[in-house]
Amino acid sequence: MKQFFAFIKKEFYHIFRDIRTMLLIIGIPVAQILIIGFAVSTDVKHVKTAIYDPSHDTSTRQIIQRLGAGEYFDIIRILQSPGEIDDLFKKGEIGFAVVFSENFAGNLYHTAGIAGQARNDNAASIQLIADASDPNQGTVATAYASNIISGYQQELMQQQSIPLMIIPEVQMLYNPSMRSSYNFVPGLMGLIFILICAMMTSIAIVREKETGTMEVLLASPVKPVYIIVAKMTPYFILSWVNLIIILLISVYVLRVPIAGNLVWLNVFSLIFILVALSLGLLISTLVNTQMAALLASGMGLMMPIMILSGMLFPIESMPKALQWFSCIVPARWYISGVRKIMIEGASVRYILTEMAVLIGMFIAILTISLKNFKTRLA
Amino acid sequence: MIEIQHIDKSYKEVRALQDVSLTVEQGEIFGLIGPDGAGKTTLFRILTSLLLADSGTATVDALEVVKDFKELRKHIGYMPGRFSLYSDLSVEENLNFFATIFNTTIEENYSLIAPIYSQIEPFKTRRAGKLSGGMKQKLALSCALIHKPAVLFLDEPTTGVDPVSRKEFWEMLKNLKHEGITILVSTPYMDEAMRCDRIALIQQGRIMTIDTPQQIINRFGNKNSTARTPGQALEECFINLMPPTP
Repeated sequence: MKQFFAFIKKEFYHIFRDIRTMLLIIGIPVAQILIIGFAVSTDVKHVKTAIYDPSHDTSTRQIIQRLGAGEYFDIIRILQSPGEIDDLFKKGEIGFAVVFSENFAGNLYHTAGIAGQARNDNAASIQLIADASDPNQGTVATAYASNIISGYQQELMQQQSIPLMIIPEVQMLYNPSMRSSYNFVPGLMGLIFILICAMMTSIAIVREKETGTMEVLLASPVKPVYIIVAKMTPYFILSWVNLIIILLISVYVLRVPIAGNLVWLNVFSLIFILVALSLGLLISTLVNTQMAALLASGMGLMMPIMILSGMLFPIESMPKALQWFSCIVPARWYISGVRKIMIEGASVRYILTEMAVLIGMFIAILTISLKNFKTRLA
Repeated sequence: MIEIQHIDKSYKEVRALQDVSLTVEQGEIFGLIGPDGAGKTTLFRILTSLLLADSGTATVDALEVVKDFKELRKHIGYMPGRFSLYSDLSVEENLNFFATIFNTTIEENYSLIAPIYSQIEPFKTRRAGKLSGGMKQKLALSCALIHKPAVLFLDEPTTGVDPVSRKEFWEMLKNLKHEGITILVSTPYMDEAMRCDRIALIQQGRIMTIDTPQQIINRFGNKNSTARTPGQALEECFINLMPPTP
């Protein structure tokens, strides 16, 4: 046991004395989550907007004025026919379009009389069309526009005694599923832990092979399992620190709330961190240079995670073969579990499958790595 | 103490060791003398249980290097040819670490390493990577000795070390011999070979001859040699024994 603690102490020396490694471990997650977090949640301003207004009445003019007044929308085109919209979107000249229904003001005051029974065919409706190929910009723009319209509606209602109805009809082009920015935090967590844990452990072990110290360790009575577990321990602790930092940033800086149980979120994340560490271990038993370890963990793990974990592309819309393949990507299970527990606030029994899969993966990968770990050179 | 019988080892095309047999007695300084690529390091790795031979058997301290490798690793000290300590750890931290993984403490065997370690002790807070070549080597020897091994394997310990430190190093080995430690050392330097009790000349994976250095000079030296030092005479023997190049 004393051997084991001497090993852990040594590993911490290695980490703390290598400033670049420290920056890598702590800095990268923070930078990644801030960059992506803010890139996703930045304010949308000066969206180029086209208006189609067939009714030309006071109400539509007031709404258009309000839309153009703020810094959110730049009204660049007043259209003669709604047919132009598609073309303008495709040319990239506009990112947002507002289409009023015919006889807008008339319908507005008319349907007011039969409030609650408003029908689309004769209601005062506004169609909001957003270019959602950038989903975030699309949602934010429609949300702003809806806000402006409902603000106008409320003002009218204060003047009138009868309720008035404007029905904004939102249409998201190119990306109807609209993934919210909340989903990026779980995805990013999955990515960061795999990168930090797997990359760092694999490099740490392979470095001993490269510098020749592994030769001395192997010729000593120290048990291979000590070498391995001692390598994993500091990164396990550092990853937990990372987890806490990431959660703090996402709650207090990115305003992504933790809806579910914090303890279970931690437990679940730590299981995933163990999977990532064992993956790093597996890599280290397969390669002999730090460069190879870096490539294997960086490219070999990052690409599948980005593409197959559901972080960027929804798994449900993948071809069946890829869906099956995605099942062996640990981050897929982690991200799905974190979405449930952190974003949706589900209780732990809804993520039992994910947890079981991750525990199974951990045991399998660790067993293979321990079997693979050579007690001799070459 | 060390028994090697008919060891063969090949790396793909290259035959690193061919039918190597030799015996090292208890308390002996035995030298493996040969040029780079002669197979010295391969033999060291087989004896320290780090590599498996293709055929043949070897025992160290009556322990079989393949079957009893776990027990064997408790009783040997190994100093690889390359500096293999942690350069980001200080002198003392390195020594402490190796003492602990061999289940001992610096204090327990301090007397054994004292003559060596006392020379670098003034720099014990310095990082191992910042030491000079001679000091690195003293630290590596201290680390290999800290658990009082029965057999010490030194693979080219003096390569890249200044002449003064080399001389000191061999004085230390002599002291260790008096402590009863068996030492197998490899070197490409002929003057160092003269300091061994017995030597084996090794070339292209084959042992050409095993004897005391003086006997080898007597047997294979040039009759009217112009060599001024025993080392030069030994070098002549080496050339005489070289297989004719095809």
